[in-house]
Amino acid sequence: MHSISYERANDVNHAIELARQPGAKFIGGGTNLLDLYKSGIEKPIRLVDVSRLALSAIEELPDGGLRIGATVSNTAAANHPLVRQRYRILSEAILNGATTQLRNMATIGGNLLQRTRCYYFTDPTFAHCNKRDPGSGCDAIEGYNRIHAILGASPQCIATNPSDMAVALVALDAVVHLQGPDGARQIPVAEFHRLPEDRPQDDTVIRPGELIVAVELPPAKFTQTSHYIKVRDRASYAFALVSVAAAVEMDGELVRDARIVLGGVAHKPWRAVEAENTLRGKPLSEEVLAKVAAAAVAGAHAYPHNAFKVELAQRAVVRALQTAAGGKA
Amino acid sequence: MPQDDPTLAAETAQDAPPSVPPYVPPQALTLRINGAEHQLNIEPRVTLLDALREVAHLTGTKKGCDRGQCGACTVLVDGQRINSCLTLAVMHDGREITTVEGLAHEGEPHPMQQAFMDCDGFQCGYCTPGQLCSAVALLDEVKQHQASALTEGEQLEPGQLGDDEIRERMSGNLCRCGAYPNIVKAIRSVVLRQA
Repeated sequence: MHSISYERANDVNHAIELARQPGAKFIGGGTNLLDLYKSGIEKPIRLVDVSRLALSAIEELPDGGLRIGATVSNTAAANHPLVRQRYRILSEAILNGATTQLRNMATIGGNLLQRTRCYYFTDPTFAHCNKRDPGSGCDAIEGYNRIHAILGASPQCIATNPSDMAVALVALDAVVHLQGPDGARQIPVAEFHRLPEDRPQDDTVIRPGELIVAVELPPAKFTQTSHYIKVRDRASYAFALVSVAAAVEMDGELVRDARIVLGGVAHKPWRAVEAENTLRGKPLSEEVLAKVAAAAVAGAHAYPHNAFKVELAQRAVVRALQTAAGGKA
Repeated sequence: MPQDDPTLAAETAQDAPPSVPPYVPPQALTLRINGAEHQLNIEPRVTLLDALREVAHLTGTKKGCDRGQCGACTVLVDGQRINSCLTLAVMHDGREITTVEGLAHEGEPHPMQQAFMDCDGFQCGYCTPGQLCSAVALLDEVKQHQASALTEGEQLEPGQLGDDEIRERMSGNLCRCGAYPNIVKAIRSVVLRQA
């Protein structure tokens, strides 16, 4: 563990100013950053502590939406009455991730920026990882790729995004609010994470020195008819093999609108737009659900150890939609 | 230490990573640990766990994996349980830390400590300080009706804390001896008594 300098930011502008220094990195909850720092994978020179910035509020917006400050802890977000009552899928997804200890530390902003748990990325004894060391190759493609992507991967990288929260945020049409040296901008969470293509080192479209200040949710649309399902190797404290955030808006027996977003299958939360289109205007019959599930994994490419995910993802989509439409009170 | 010329800083930030500083001096900070104020001089890279053990000489908090996976290092910061291995001491300046050494009250073990003894909630004992801090925090979380993955985002209702809930809420604390059945039993006994 090399030496690092540390400064605490007083406000957002101060944080952005401090982050202009070479080798600077923001630290919020620190759970992922310090883990990777100990492994020598993240190499911060200067830490800019943003954990005490005044970004810890959850506020209702004039349009009926909700603004969640970037430093709100995962625990606080999941337990906030407005999140639980209007956006329960977000609460469910957050609570399905990590442990209480980690959720107490981890922030909303940090959750969006966590790195993949690909074994070949997190263990530097493996020589080839294009995400860790661009151009070095990918040990996962020919290796033990059970937890890896089946959708949207590239010859450079088959890692998956590990966040549960982000999957729900995409289903909720959430927007990331950023502030940086060149001002403020907003990006839908669906466009915040990127596919690996030939730059797997970039998980997201965030620019150097930019700080996440909030996540905003539009007015709730699917309050009682959404569900987050997570399939994993243990009942608790494990990353998703496959997860699905499903939300439906019903018009009698027919689906008026839907969101189907998959986690654990790609380098980003995978919104299955074709599957949503297949579902609109149709009843949730077995026949329709089978078509929807097939559409959700259209174009899937399996590797030697993760072919099971193609079937698992389809079953999870069906289960999530059925549960969502069942409308738990 | 800080870069005075922002244009230069902005340029170098894009280039190859700057070199690591060979030495960063310790910084003064105050931690209130188990009710006592500790003035410490600590390098920024030192975790809260190492500060507690190596600087404040409170070795009750244990280092297991040092990666946030095992929970042996669990302590309470301002009443909330966290993994002290995944946070820097310097980030907690001015905060209230409770370690396993601070659970007993006036020489009497905390009810959770007594329950672990009564129920034989350990074998080797290495994970126990973390288990205890976690379980004590769990009691507060239950009083606050905190939701869990099992409540599916709903508030926890009184009487809903069955063994499955306890296991879910304690999943961040591993026990290699496998004392789980008695750990769950100990926690359940305290919850029932407090209900």
